Amino acid sequence: MNNRTHRVFSLRRLTAIIGNTFTGLTRLKIFYVLLLFALLLIGSSVFMAQMTFQQEFQVLKDIALGAMSLFTSLLAIIATARLLPQEMEDRTAYTVLAKPVSRFEYLAGKLFGVLLLLGLSLIAMSALFFLVLTLREQSVLSETARQMSNAPPEQSAEALRLVRASAFNPNLFSGLAVIYAKGCLLAALTLFVSTFATSTIFTTIVMAFVYFIGHVQPIAREYWMQTNSAGWLTKSFLAVVALLFPDLQSFNLTDDVVAGNAVPLALLLQTLAMGLFYTAFYLALAWAAFFRKEL
Amino acid sequence: MSRALIVVLSLLLFGAARAPLEHELTETHRRLHFRAVDFNLDLREQLGQLGFVAALSGFRSLVADAVFIQAHVAWERTEWGRVLFLFRQVTTLQPRAILFWDMAAWHMAWNASTAAMNDPRQPRQALRVKAAREYFALGKDFLERGIKNNPDRPELYEALARLYRDKYEDHARASEYFARAAGLPGGHSYAERFAAYELAQCPGREREAYAQLRALYDRGEQERLPTLLRRLKELEIKLDIPPVQRIPD
Repeated sequence: MNNRTHRVFSLRRLTAIIGNTFTGLTRLKIFYVLLLFALLLIGSSVFMAQMTFQQEFQVLKDIALGAMSLFTSLLAIIATARLLPQEMEDRTAYTVLAKPVSRFEYLAGKLFGVLLLLGLSLIAMSALFFLVLTLREQSVLSETARQMSNAPPEQSAEALRLVRASAFNPNLFSGLAVIYAKGCLLAALTLFVSTFATSTIFTTIVMAFVYFIGHVQPIAREYWMQTNSAGWLTKSFLAVVALLFPDLQSFNLTDDVVAGNAVPLALLLQTLAMGLFYTAFYLALAWAAFFRKEL
Repeated sequence: MSRALIVVLSLLLFGAARAPLEHELTETHRRLHFRAVDFNLDLREQLGQLGFVAALSGFRSLVADAVFIQAHVAWERTEWGRVLFLFRQVTTLQPRAILFWDMAAWHMAWNASTAAMNDPRQPRQALRVKAAREYFALGKDFLERGIKNNPDRPELYEALARLYRDKYEDHARASEYFARAAGLPGGHSYAERFAAYELAQCPGREREAYAQLRALYDRGEQERLPTLLRRLKELEIKLDIPPVQRIPD
């Protein structure tokens, strides 16, 4: 018997919405402007790095990871903020939701479309970063080998090992993973805000505030949880900040990664799990807000 | 209205559920010396409003790099006061970057002190020496604070040992810090030898130094370097070691 009953959740429908969202986003000029700007910044970091003495890898990694973090966060907010208001304005949302597509599928498809875009952008930026890093490493290695040509072999090998160690370390991948987790969180939160926002600009401005407050949230939380001398008004205010906003500082491991410090696997997994937890919760909340919304 | 209330309540409940997890994560960061930056009024005054906001927004290392480049320019212009001021900002922003502490100390203890010793505007040698000693102390202070922020990294212990050896000629302290560098993961193999070499120059500790150098010698050919052999020979004579116990010529 041909099974034609409607299923509440369908992976095919979800995939179709993801593909559609991704295609729509890649047609946006802003995406290319941001990506191009990020790639230019990462590419040019090799020239900026030459300005400094013995610090080129540090500066190169700082600039590249900083650019990736900034543009991933910007892309997550800008790409997601326009999705729902734009689709309402273009009436596309009504066409899609008039079909047997649940609102959860619709929202999840939109979010995963953005996450796919973020993932591919991050891969493109990382590829350029590693290319630039490898080129600089090769250049410094050949220069060091030339300078150490008359030194004993063990000294020469030690110098080359030091160059390699300062250029590349596996922790860079941890940094990239955390940047992506932060991007996912911001995209999900932006989606939630856009379910009740009236325009793209409103969502973007709200998210800009959330971004800044999210970075000072741990300070508010620590004061709220540990300070007993503060008055009830101050404590209530701090509690509201701590409870409403996400802790975005937890996702700033790149500063330590660039400094050459190892990020323990347990900490990385804990941070990624926190990112997943936030993303899932904000998606569920977006669905709750969108579920009975009058369209 | 009721929907908005439910959403806000959900956010608060979610916040209450995650607060202990976030607190635990922050504590883990503290234990690992991550997030070692104290965002206070001093830093705000040093960085200016824009830099402070950028540092607060997760671009701490980028701001540190920008300040570092300014410090580099100040060094090229030999503006030592500005170099010190900017390196204090850099190391405050990126306390886990070993290279910044090392560079800051090197500029102060080696470059600025040499410039002070050769300052043509200061005719009195006593004042030139005093100025140079002040720069040594600034370099030492950078390294000590660097070690406090990075107790598990051998590079700064080694840099402090070199500073004690070359600038203060305090061989006992130099030996102590070389030994501490050698004892940490990632420490250079030569740090242990250097600790023994420095100890050999401490009056009254020759026997201790001899024991260490001899232990290194006994490890095999890879440790029997010309300086080690020379120091061992010197100590054998000084300590009047019986010929049968001496190393072969």
